[in-house]
Amino acid sequence: MTLGKISIGAGRAYKALGLSLCGALASVLTFAAPGFAQEAAAPSAGSYTPMKPTPGVGMPVDGGINIQQQFSPTGEYGEWLHHGLLWICLVISLFVLALLAIVIVRFNRRANPVPSKTSHNTILEVVWTLAPVLILIGIAVPSIDLIAKQYKPAPKTALTIKVTGNQWFWTYGYPDNGDFEVISNMLNIPGQPTINNGVREVGSKPWDGPSHLEVDNRMVVPAGEPIRLQITAADVIHSFAVPSLWFKLDAVPGRINEKVLFIEKPGVYYGQCSELCGAKHGYMPIAVEALPRDKYNAWVLTHAGGAIDGQKPAAEAAPAAAATAAAPAADASEAPAGEATAEAE
Amino acid sequence: MATTADHFQAHPEDHGHHHDAEHKPAFFARWFMSTNHKDIGTMYLIFAIIAGIVGGAFSGMMRVELNEPGIQYLDTFARWFGAVNPDFNTTLHTWNVLITAHGLIMVFFMVMPAIIGGFGNWFVPIMIGAPDMAFPRMNNISFWLTVAGFCSLLCSAFVPGGTGNGAGTGWTVYAPLSTSGSPGPAVDFGIFALHLAGAGSIMGAINFITTIFNMRAPGMTIHKMPLFVWSVLVTAFLLLLSLPVLAAAITMLLTDRNFGTTFFDASGGGDPVLYQHLFWFFGHPEVYIMILPGFGIISQIISTFSKKPVFGYLGMAYAMVAIGVVGFIVWAHHMYATGLSVNTKMYFTAATMVIAVPTGVKIFSWIATMWGGSVEFKSPMVWAMGFIFLFTVGGVTGVYLANGGIDDVVHDTYFVVAHFHYVLSLGAVTALFAGFYYWFPKMSGRMHSEFLSHVHFWIFFVGVNMIFFPMHFLGLQGMPRRYPDYAEAYTHWNHIATVGYMVMAASLVVWFINIAYAYIAGKKAEDNYWGEGATTLEWTLTSPPPFHQFETLPVIGETVHH
Repeated sequence: MTLGKISIGAGRAYKALGLSLCGALASVLTFAAPGFAQEAAAPSAGSYTPMKPTPGVGMPVDGGINIQQQFSPTGEYGEWLHHGLLWICLVISLFVLALLAIVIVRFNRRANPVPSKTSHNTILEVVWTLAPVLILIGIAVPSIDLIAKQYKPAPKTALTIKVTGNQWFWTYGYPDNGDFEVISNMLNIPGQPTINNGVREVGSKPWDGPSHLEVDNRMVVPAGEPIRLQITAADVIHSFAVPSLWFKLDAVPGRINEKVLFIEKPGVYYGQCSELCGAKHGYMPIAVEALPRDKYNAWVLTHAGGAIDGQKPAAEAAPAAAATAAAPAADASEAPAGEATAEAE
Repeated sequence: MATTADHFQAHPEDHGHHHDAEHKPAFFARWFMSTNHKDIGTMYLIFAIIAGIVGGAFSGMMRVELNEPGIQYLDTFARWFGAVNPDFNTTLHTWNVLITAHGLIMVFFMVMPAIIGGFGNWFVPIMIGAPDMAFPRMNNISFWLTVAGFCSLLCSAFVPGGTGNGAGTGWTVYAPLSTSGSPGPAVDFGIFALHLAGAGSIMGAINFITTIFNMRAPGMTIHKMPLFVWSVLVTAFLLLLSLPVLAAAITMLLTDRNFGTTFFDASGGGDPVLYQHLFWFFGHPEVYIMILPGFGIISQIISTFSKKPVFGYLGMAYAMVAIGVVGFIVWAHHMYATGLSVNTKMYFTAATMVIAVPTGVKIFSWIATMWGGSVEFKSPMVWAMGFIFLFTVGGVTGVYLANGGIDDVVHDTYFVVAHFHYVLSLGAVTALFAGFYYWFPKMSGRMHSEFLSHVHFWIFFVGVNMIFFPMHFLGLQGMPRRYPDYAEAYTHWNHIATVGYMVMAASLVVWFINIAYAYIAGKKAEDNYWGEGATTLEWTLTSPPPFHQFETLPVIGETVHH
């Protein structure tokens, strides 16, 4: 969060990107062997306890002045570009300020009683046209590269999650895991008017994150592999945004917007609806919980109809754990089973 | 120009046989049926001040609510708009009404009427040596349509608009929130307000273009026009080409809302994103419409107080033309998050950055104009220098935001709010105040207090920076715009911004005192109270100018320099 971080080099960002591509490859391989994944998940089938977020990670920090810490490859590249751009902004602003200061000191009425009549200088005019052009080309190259990387389509085998914006909550569909759906409502805030009827208050569970950001049912995803997010809306336009994952894409009714989400490490990452969508626009946050693959699989199996890569539904395998449906008031996190396995990093 | 100016008669007392020059109609005919560009300009300025007070009050209501997390005052505000025992959704709807009204009022009923209708009407005819605008009666209609639009917008706040009274769609009026998402007449009133104000502006634009092309005094060639006239000419073309697109878009909204069409409804084969393309095809030129006349004002002031001609006059004029042209092909940078294709996003990133080049030319030319000058720091000059710095800050964050890849983190956050307030609230409004202090004695015939003007500037400068600079931090940290409530981590900088609002508001009190002082105790203004540096035609006239100026057209000499 300090300016010290601005010195992050291009090399590092590129390296980080390269590493994560290796990670993506590895996860694709894992994906290709569903039996293996199933085996890993088997001992803790149908277990989930929400992860306790790390304070200051994946969320805004008190009085923070810079972007949130990034947890995705594009985020790290973007962070590098962001810091480079901030330096350019700062230098240009200070340059103009310095010129104004010189004018004030040297060319005031007392210091320079007789004004010059210069009104043209071709070389100077060419220079101050071309210099910005060169700076802008220098910005445009990495900038356009970043856009290209953000829109690299997901590999065919990537997990698909369908995100739907509603007035005023999010629903997350898991078509690759038995097509169950999670409904995600913001938690009520103690001492404030009820935002969502039948939803508990923030702080009533040990794993609750900050107020205004925490939800009853998080969007749980696997970490370390590319996820294909397909985003749409049921009523008006919403926007699915998570600052620490460098992700923002509008949810437009009648359209499906698609982009890859890649989260490098397990954790809870918070975001908020970012397109004006009516009265409770400010009260439909996003909480993404990234888990290691095996724990993600275990979470999947806690849902009625939840299945790992088209294997038999969890309802048959573990009927007890399947009771937690995705009703708005239902609290999936109540499931007590396997609390010990949910120790998140 | 000062030398040539002496050759024509502008002072009515110099030629007493011309009684027509000072023949003023009676009160009602003068102010309600006005065809005099100066009277209409005055009315535009008074209207803009009133609208600015309303819009500014709305922003004050927003800032007190945002002072700390949680909802504290919105419930009371909802009652002001006629809600009886508002439920929580109605209370929150009031927030959306405030942000919508603040945006629409400040854009359409404060900045545009003041900078184009006010200063444009007052000084474009005078600066080109014309007796009046080309279509004086159309000028009158333009003004009253704007007033009618404002009334329509105010009405919308008191009628149902979905979850509560008033239009809560944001100034962008995105479908489908503005169609199926907002039942009730409030949004229709809002759309109608835009129709009226837009029609008024289109007529104003036609008037300015015709005036500037046809009514220049003998010798006043296009390349001798003062830069303020150039800026209004470019602005008028932007208005003429962009406003009809807005009118079409909001008319389609209206029929989607009331007559069963589905232009923007996917379930009927329409597309919500189409509305955004249409809106921003207007909306991006609109931001240049608000700032270009400001550029013109700043050029006049800097040249006057440096006692030097503008550096690189042709470059300055054509930089504005370039900004106007390129401004039409960058609109989708407001839509990076809507799901544009990757190639589209790359194009708009590159095209948007191009605008930084002519803008840079302007900034550097202003500085070069001062360079080597004998600069007097009178009130307009202090505001103009403040403008250069604040606009630069808003400009560089614009280059930052132009990058489609960066936008994933800052789009629709407070960073964007900070950026556009630096170029508008701190840019266009600072230019407005600079123009006000530059021309107020010319318009009123009374000198304002230089001391109070400087006090006004410094308090305002500190206040607006306190409001808007912390918003960069909030936005980078992820705080979305248009939120009445926020996570506790955002408290600190929001509190600073609210304190900044109070400081800014105090500066406006100083401004009003200054105006009152001028009328009560202000010295009578001379013809050219800024001295040798002020060379445009308005300084050859009395302060205030005669009711009808230039009954004998001035002749602009060959050697005259802008």
